[in-house]
Amino acid sequence: MTICNACRYCEGHCAVFPAMERQTEFTQNNIEFLSNLCHQCGACYQHCQYADPHEFNVNVPAVFEQARLESYTQFLWPAFMQPAVLNGGKFMATSLLISISLFLLAVAGQAGVSEILAPQLSFYNLMPHSVMASIFSFSAVVVVISWWMTLRGYWHSISLPSPWSIGMASYSAAIASALTLKNLDGGHGDGCYESGESPSLWKRRYHHLVLIGFFLCFSATLAGTFYHYGLNIPAPYNWLTLPKILGVTGGIMLLVGCAGLFRVKQTTDQRLVSTDNGYGMSLTVLLFLTSLTGLGLPIAKGTGALGLLLAVHLGCVLALFLNFAWGKFTHGFFRLIALVADEHQKSQ
Amino acid sequence: MTSIAHFDVIVLGGGQAGLTAAITAAENGATVCILEIAPRALRGGNTRHTRNLRPMHESGAFPMEGAYGFDEYLDDLLRVTDGDTDHALAELTIRESEHSIAWLQGHGVAFQPPLSGTLHLGRTNAFFLGGGKALVNSLYRVAANLGVHTIYEATGIALNISGDRFIDLTYQQVNNTHCISGHSLVAAAGGFEANLDWLEEAWGPAARNFLVRGTPYNKGNILRQLLDAKFKQVGDPGQCHAVAIDGRAPAYDGGIVSRVDSVPLGIVVNNEGKRFFDEGEDFWPKRYAIWGRLIAAQADQIGYAITDAKADGLFMPTVLPPLKSTTIDDLARQINIPADSLLKTIDQFNAATVSGSFDHQALDGCRTEGLPINKSHWARQIDTPPYSAYPLRPGITFTYLGVAVDDRARVLVERGNPSENIFAAGEMMAGNILGRGYLAGIGMTIGSVFGRIAGREAARHAS
Repeated sequence: MTICNACRYCEGHCAVFPAMERQTEFTQNNIEFLSNLCHQCGACYQHCQYADPHEFNVNVPAVFEQARLESYTQFLWPAFMQPAVLNGGKFMATSLLISISLFLLAVAGQAGVSEILAPQLSFYNLMPHSVMASIFSFSAVVVVISWWMTLRGYWHSISLPSPWSIGMASYSAAIASALTLKNLDGGHGDGCYESGESPSLWKRRYHHLVLIGFFLCFSATLAGTFYHYGLNIPAPYNWLTLPKILGVTGGIMLLVGCAGLFRVKQTTDQRLVSTDNGYGMSLTVLLFLTSLTGLGLPIAKGTGALGLLLAVHLGCVLALFLNFAWGKFTHGFFRLIALVADEHQKSQ
Repeated sequence: MTSIAHFDVIVLGGGQAGLTAAITAAENGATVCILEIAPRALRGGNTRHTRNLRPMHESGAFPMEGAYGFDEYLDDLLRVTDGDTDHALAELTIRESEHSIAWLQGHGVAFQPPLSGTLHLGRTNAFFLGGGKALVNSLYRVAANLGVHTIYEATGIALNISGDRFIDLTYQQVNNTHCISGHSLVAAAGGFEANLDWLEEAWGPAARNFLVRGTPYNKGNILRQLLDAKFKQVGDPGQCHAVAIDGRAPAYDGGIVSRVDSVPLGIVVNNEGKRFFDEGEDFWPKRYAIWGRLIAAQADQIGYAITDAKADGLFMPTVLPPLKSTTIDDLARQINIPADSLLKTIDQFNAATVSGSFDHQALDGCRTEGLPINKSHWARQIDTPPYSAYPLRPGITFTYLGVAVDDRARVLVERGNPSENIFAAGEMMAGNILGRGYLAGIGMTIGSVFGRIAGREAARHAS
């Protein structure tokens, strides 16, 4: 870090280096801030005159990836869930297995073992709406409490003042940077260097697809809830209703975006990777599986596959909820808070 | 001999000048091969450590902040070189430099606003986004797309020159000897600043204590062969561009981070604890280049920049922290110089300071009076602990010795007429324009301009 601060050639690539220059000393808190400001674009590594084989062996992306993982772990609430970060891949696989098994048992219990494979037209014979709603409402409450506690700890640790004392301009600039992924453009707009020396915009594009797809699916759920309770129209909905249009569009975007991110992961320059415990890809895997099974449901309607598919889909969704709270999902919030801190410091 | 190949244009050296020549030649239809002595990860010569060039520009369009016209540029060049320049080539370089930014942008190189901590360079110098290695990577990418063949770790290059004509060459790669021939040769293989034996010829044993700021691969092999083949030399063989850098920096490749900017804020003593030059003569960016030679002239080629707590935070941060102490006595012990002598130097210095209004961003006139060697600016008493000391060594950046060229980048034989098919670009011929002194970004400018000229002319000759 002192090497970077004395060199400064990377100043134009992203927000990290100007922020680094504002720090008078490098404390643990500063590392927690700077590492989450880093979007892992790799530009500073590919362009570093002090990178391996130079004896200084500077590798900012790899160091910051490790530091980010430490901050995700350190602030996680409740603390006994910390192994979920440290063994991200195993946690995802286990939660997926258990969730799917639970829903299979629940469906079997509700409809009877013989009925699972019989052709079905509606979900609610297999799993009553009230049961689904209560399981996921409860999960949502746990997720929100966990976010609150985790992010509060991070907020204080990087020395941000009370949220109310930060200007609206800082929030809006930070949100704009987060939504556009400004820090993945390399500073010249040609993209990032995670796969090597040539800049590429694909990581950014795939991430946009995933984020927009996710919001569309989330909106589809809200619309479905409104249809159910507000308009008193229970599912299933036909293709030209709001929940279906939002959900199908979002689901397809998620499939394409996640597949793209798998591809990016495959081609990533391994020198930028410091840890690979499955945590990083856990969210992508779950989003992919959830959209795939979700899109399969209307196709399976009226066939004997519906029961199994529904159980698997709901299992994926529950595992996704666990990821919201204790998995990779929180990276968005950590980055957003780091961006707010960056804008706030700049405005001071 | 394991292989024989032929190319229209062979380029020796894969830094900015060589890459520019290779790309230009390929764009003019030539088949091109680059021989780069370094492995891929360390390719690009000293370009890897650079960060800007100095283009002439009449408008202040991005990335420049304000105009920098022909006359002012030429004045600057004449001033720093004391007129030791080939006027026609200097004017050609300045005029052609106007196209350098557009050329680089057209070949994938991005620019950025001036870096922080770079005093007053925003108007005259254009900074590469991500620095010189980003530029090198972009140009290699473009070259590869144009079909330019690059051979890394090509060592032991031996030129076969007949009269003033290049015939072919051999090189070693992984214990195999290869031979390639070409219609034209572009020599862009840098100076000899990493060759301590050669430096010792000019500097004597003192050269053994020099640190090389840049690539360890610039041994001057190609330059030596061209001079031995009786091509005309330019630039003072005994001169090199050396700055004062942190004495604890690596022996090679320390680059930009080895700089120490605290000199004008305090005093510099040799290992007898005595001052030897006016530390506050002018702004540091205008003076750091003379301090390499000043320190090279001291015993053991070492100096110590000493400041007190008042200077902390006023200069660029360094990689290694300074040696610190609350007493001068102890500081002297840490840097192993006689404490009584250092105390005496500081007492005399403190007593000679004239009170004034200190401003490290202006020539503030805070000075000493009555000392054998006075300090002209930024002279404040060294009295506030903790005290800091940085060991300083001469850090060699580049050498001035090169081959003479004409306005088509053809190397000249001693009688003055040009070679038919040997061209030179970059540091190997920079001495034509920069016979001595230094102007920030001028080396990259010469490389950019003569890279284009050499590439164009080499391709023209080959066709």
